[in-house]
Amino acid sequence: MNPRLYPLAATIAIFLVAWVICVLQFPYMLSTRVVGNLLTDNAYLGIVAVGMTIVILSGGIDLSVGSVIAFAGVFISVMLRDSGLHPLVVFALLLVLTTAFGAAMGWLIHTLAMPPFIVTLAGMFLARGLAYMLTIDSVPINHGFYKFLNDAYWLMPGKGRLTLIGVVMLLTVAVGMVVAHRTKFGASVLALGGGEATARLMGVRVGATTVAIYAFSGFMAGLAGIVFSIYTSSGYPLATVGTELTAIAAVVIGGTLLTGGAGFVFGTLIGVLTMGLIQTFIVFDGTLSSWWTKIIIGILLLSFILLQKGLMRLSTVGQRA
Amino acid sequence: MTALLRITPQLLTLAALMAMVTLFFPGFLKIEFVDGRLVGPVMDILKRGAPVGLLAVGMTLVIATRGIDLSVGTVVAITGAVTAWAITNGYGLGGALVLALAAGAVAGIWNGCLVAIAGIQPIVATLILMTSGRGIAQLVTEGRILTFSHDGLAFFGSGDLLGIPVPALIWLATAIGVTLLMRRTALGLLVEAVGVNRAASALAGVNATVLLIAVYVASGLCAALAGIIATADIRGADANNAGLWLELDAILAVVIGGNSLLGGRFSIAAALLGALIIQTIDTGILLAGFPSEYNLVIKAALVLVILVLQSPNLAGHWYALRRTFGRQPAATTATAKGAKQ
Repeated sequence: MNPRLYPLAATIAIFLVAWVICVLQFPYMLSTRVVGNLLTDNAYLGIVAVGMTIVILSGGIDLSVGSVIAFAGVFISVMLRDSGLHPLVVFALLLVLTTAFGAAMGWLIHTLAMPPFIVTLAGMFLARGLAYMLTIDSVPINHGFYKFLNDAYWLMPGKGRLTLIGVVMLLTVAVGMVVAHRTKFGASVLALGGGEATARLMGVRVGATTVAIYAFSGFMAGLAGIVFSIYTSSGYPLATVGTELTAIAAVVIGGTLLTGGAGFVFGTLIGVLTMGLIQTFIVFDGTLSSWWTKIIIGILLLSFILLQKGLMRLSTVGQRA
Repeated sequence: MTALLRITPQLLTLAALMAMVTLFFPGFLKIEFVDGRLVGPVMDILKRGAPVGLLAVGMTLVIATRGIDLSVGTVVAITGAVTAWAITNGYGLGGALVLALAAGAVAGIWNGCLVAIAGIQPIVATLILMTSGRGIAQLVTEGRILTFSHDGLAFFGSGDLLGIPVPALIWLATAIGVTLLMRRTALGLLVEAVGVNRAASALAGVNATVLLIAVYVASGLCAALAGIIATADIRGADANNAGLWLELDAILAVVIGGNSLLGGRFSIAAALLGALIIQTIDTGILLAGFPSEYNLVIKAALVLVILVLQSPNLAGHWYALRRTFGRQPAATTATAKGAKQ
């Protein structure tokens, strides 16, 4: 097997082992209801993690996504409350806004030659601040179209509900896989992650690619915001604080190298589902306290990073020999 | 003279901010002596700025080695939880302080080993503790907000010595102590050497591994001090909210202080001025009567301005501008060279 596939294989193996352990203890974990809820509850995280995967594959980082999701929720709810626009029009407006926001950050990173960490930190402050300026309250959404979106689900055998937002998440992952691994843009992203100088020598248009990467992440954050607003039927400026870190953790658990240049979008989906599975297990168990989620995710993160380090060392030793 | 020149932009920014706040809130600079202590908005900024100021001291050293410490906010929560736990379980004031500092040091050793020995990128290595740290803090407090009544410990948060709030004294003392340690010995130079090129400095005989670990331990200890202050101030440990997002403010303070995220030259004084600038914005917006919602947007705008000023791509343009408008080209190049040394 290709050594580049080892981290992905490890991720999938750990996910399957974890699920088997869960099922042995609670047979109901196998039911389609649990599967449906796993997809629905983690829909927004999965979508934003796809954008984050592309950013991390390019060797960058995007700290603004959590704030952008909160801004999206507030923007949608305030627009629906104060203007007579149809939700679909508001969605389109929002996606244009967040994509432009991401593109602006990418442009700044490229033109100022500053670390993405600090530029997207400014973006994080700005998006959260704009959300506060729109409203500081939790604004409910009572549009008929939202009721329709919320009730849209496909009843799986075993009465599990495959909701619309769950399907949107799976589709996003599929699109992300195609973009990252089957397009010229994806090749440019991976080349950038391997090293900017080499990418330039290969003929990658570094500036345009950087702008496109962060625009893509902005678009995904906007889409995640829409899904989150459907999931909660409200907009709240304090929502999804720290989601960017959960997304980064999901990407790392999914086997993508944080230095950039190597990884798979599909692994990110498994990373998100692994984290969701831990949470579901803790809910099922009932005696474990919620803080164990954080500690176990930390341990998972550590083991994956060490695993990647070990694999990298092995592969370089193999090349030297 | 060079040192003063180095922090001039930060001093000017702070002065301009204070002038602006005074414009909206005339009583801003007034300091009164009430009940044996100095009272006024400026003293309030010095006191409230203590956690970010302390974290900025450790963060400056970490960033000087081309690293970053994302975990300091959660270390504040952990050490705060340890402090409250120790005091409620009868370990006494001394025991609580020692345990809290030890917890901070252990967190630093953990981060330092991951970075220096395992060779993990600093941002990822410290992310591990950042995601799991709040869980550990909740484990210590068992998910509750641990409250205590102990006047000795509360003194660290709300007491005063010679009329000056204790938190302000602690961060000033820490800053002066660390600065002296760095600048009166070769330590500062060695830290900068590791930041510029770790491999080269190791070849030159610097023990880069130990130095890197030491830098993260320093950051952990600073976070422990901040945790003690935060806990003593509210007389309780809140594992969920103590030190929340303080790491970002601390990094921001260091960057406002003109320290490059790419490592190398550093200035603790400038980072502290950065922390004061952030706190002045926070307090000033409240005093001036602006809604606090504007706080983050103003911060974002400030970061953008600083990014533009620091951009290596634009450095050439600034240099050209200075030569054109400087009237004395020779003098400006001389000071620019002086500042670089």
